Amino acid sequence: MIRILVTVSAFLMAALPLKAATEIVEVTSPEGITAWLVQEESIPMVAVQLSFQNGAAQDPLDKLGATNLMVGLLEEGAGALDATAFAEASDEIGARFRFSAGRDTINISASMLTTNLDESVALLRLALTEPSFEQVAFERVREQVNASLRSDETDPQSIAGNAFRAMSFPDHPYGRPVDGTLETMAALTTADMFEAHRLALGRNNVFIGVVGDITPEALGTLLDDLLGDLPDDLSDNISGIEPVLEAGLTAIDFATPQSVIVFSQPGLKRDHPDYLTAFVLNHIMGGRSSTARLNVEVREQRGLTYGISSLLLPYRHSAIYMGQFSSGNETAAEAVAIVQSEWAKMAQNGVTAEELEIAQRYLTGAYPLRFDGNAKIAGILAGLQIAKLPITYIAERNDLVNAVTLEEINRVASELFQPDKLRFVIVGQPVGLPAE
Amino acid sequence: MRKILGLAVLAMAWVPNVWAQQVPVTSYRLENGMDVVVIEDHRAPIVTHMVWYRVGAADEPVGKSGIAHFLEHLMFKGTEAVPDGIFSEVIEANGGEDNAFTSQDYTAYYQQVAADRLPLMMEMEADRMRGLILDDAAMLTERDVVLEERALRTDSDPGSLFSEQRNAAQFLNHPYGTPIIGWPDEVDALTLQDALDFYALFYAPNNAILVVAGDVEPADVFALAKQYYGPVVPSDGIGKRVRPQEPPQRAERRIIFRDPRVATPYVMRTYLAPNRQPGAQAQAAALTLLADVLGGGGITSLLGQRLQIEEEIALASGAFYSGLSYDPDTFGMYVVPTPEVSLEEAETRLDATLEYLLENGVDPDRLARSKATLLADETYAMDSQMGLTRRYGAALTSGLTVEDVQAWPDILQAVTEDDILAAARDLLNIRQSVTGYLKGEEEASQ
Repeated sequence: MIRILVTVSAFLMAALPLKAATEIVEVTSPEGITAWLVQEESIPMVAVQLSFQNGAAQDPLDKLGATNLMVGLLEEGAGALDATAFAEASDEIGARFRFSAGRDTINISASMLTTNLDESVALLRLALTEPSFEQVAFERVREQVNASLRSDETDPQSIAGNAFRAMSFPDHPYGRPVDGTLETMAALTTADMFEAHRLALGRNNVFIGVVGDITPEALGTLLDDLLGDLPDDLSDNISGIEPVLEAGLTAIDFATPQSVIVFSQPGLKRDHPDYLTAFVLNHIMGGRSSTARLNVEVREQRGLTYGISSLLLPYRHSAIYMGQFSSGNETAAEAVAIVQSEWAKMAQNGVTAEELEIAQRYLTGAYPLRFDGNAKIAGILAGLQIAKLPITYIAERNDLVNAVTLEEINRVASELFQPDKLRFVIVGQPVGLPAE
Repeated sequence: MRKILGLAVLAMAWVPNVWAQQVPVTSYRLENGMDVVVIEDHRAPIVTHMVWYRVGAADEPVGKSGIAHFLEHLMFKGTEAVPDGIFSEVIEANGGEDNAFTSQDYTAYYQQVAADRLPLMMEMEADRMRGLILDDAAMLTERDVVLEERALRTDSDPGSLFSEQRNAAQFLNHPYGTPIIGWPDEVDALTLQDALDFYALFYAPNNAILVVAGDVEPADVFALAKQYYGPVVPSDGIGKRVRPQEPPQRAERRIIFRDPRVATPYVMRTYLAPNRQPGAQAQAAALTLLADVLGGGGITSLLGQRLQIEEEIALASGAFYSGLSYDPDTFGMYVVPTPEVSLEEAETRLDATLEYLLENGVDPDRLARSKATLLADETYAMDSQMGLTRRYGAALTSGLTVEDVQAWPDILQAVTEDDILAAARDLLNIRQSVTGYLKGEEEASQ
């Protein structure tokens, strides 16, 4: 043991020169579209991440699911190509496009071969600017979403997630399902798709990360080709909301051998000055770490679950702090009591100097591991811009983590952890857990 | 898998191609029989360190199902040098991530960490190759964790339970019919001695493959491997890897799995199929292309075009085949019908599509697109260090060589329409198949 632990401390201060930290450039296209670029020539590919800042939260109440369905249809026919022709064209040139809708954001990830870059960009441009929303494709993809909605009705994870969001954000878009309901889906038309498309994808609401075998000049041209025809006057009409959460349990009866448990309380938005400190704090409480308190108490010491973790979940207009685990119906009550007790303990006593040091060592050491692929780095570059962080952030981030003091983190612990607002939603048939 | 993962999807494909330079791969064997494979990826100062054991669930003693996976969990419990379950703690203190996973054919342990910490990773992994210390208290708690894992992954998911039943129906004699995580009653009865016996027999350098990918030089890795893994004593219990084999299947098998939680029924069929063999991968390559033209790539495949686009009877469809297993496994296909279409009708349309393929052959454009897609996969696979590492580890524990892995993309590109049809004719014998229906309880009463 001693030998190995000595080896550990000898390596502690090694610093990692990250290419992504030192070589991000901001590229502005001739038409004024900006992107962050890391040039990486070792693989003949270009990865592009487009994050549009209008998501499913923009859906009108009677058209829930419109944005999600619209995004799903972008690759189902555009310009002169029907759905099959579009898919065949992307196969032929080896381009991979992934489209997804969240509450705040529509994400489009493209991986393109350098040799076929022009054709790939042209195809993606068609999807973004000239989607056809043909009736036949609309009906087909809507049926796929409906099938997924029906499956969600008997899936304990989905039941728990929907219930806790509806409870946290009453009468607010964040409380509603991204993929709609069977009722709202039935009422949607292709005209709604065109309308959702018009309001979602703009050149003024997109953040762009690019990694790959491309020069800044070529990227400038690419950006104008790809996005130049999109509108530049889109706006976000969502109002802010404080999550409505009070201590207690909401039980939803569902026949399953294992209860699914979601817990949450109000969180911190990404631009809150304490966000990074709270991030370190959460790592100690419920991060994906062997030493995280929840993991030690619920899994390692007692074997009550296979996995438990918590995370800060910032939205653009609100924030929650939530966690999740599953536990047998017989053991769920014990596990819930442990989470409640750990929450109270943290609010009262905070963390120790040793816990802070261990967390800082891990978080700073593991940060470079996130940068192990072009597509992943492209996503990180877009994410930094969404969070309004400076282009130098990657280089500075570990210093910021190391600068968190015990005094500061314990002040944040006493403010962040609110046992009187920690709500549990339990789906299953837990023994000995009275619902309110 | 010891720790729960998010939704990370690992790109499992790679190798050289006509546009890209090859990923440099070098291999070596230590005197104690341990194989070492180094994959260079100098984009970031990161290394992925994996040790793969040529032992998986299919190597378990009868009645001890789940022991391979349970031992995987217990491997984090401690040795004399790294006691009290602090293995992951030390990795994390060095800014690393670690985890492990078990399949029918292998058990693998990995760390991702800054490249300069590689010696420590080797020191710790070599230490627990022969030095595991277990006690009853740790064993009992971890057994509860594994039972919770089974409840989460299998018992809470009707699709997983269905898959478990289909596998059991597919393999009468071969252990591939037993779930990796184990049957619940057998897992519940596993003992400390079961774990120690399995460990002592199979965890040794002459049954292991080290795969290191990242910002490293092969010569340095070999020297380190020699230093850390070289002194580990081999096991004399490693014989030829022989499992009970599947007898010829003479009767088609059909199962119906009903569960009230099923909202979207589907039909799935598997056929016993040959796997990739060292030096002889042509038939597996033909089956790989068959799976792609038949049911890869969503609506552009034959199933997708006919059932989703033309006949509009399916929400989804597909075909799957990996070929990467130590013993022959299966080739599969599925149809998720639209709500108004029955599973019987969906199966009829599936069979009609198979007949159409055998009669009309493969559309040359479709075959060309499949090959273009597979070639593009090779470039994108180079973007995932973890994916490359897994590609080599899984192949080598399935009995293939580094050369087989490197030859595979060219073998795929050389497949012809005749090869595909010949492979399809051999494969598509209904008497060597299992057809399963997954449906809700309501349908059962109709």
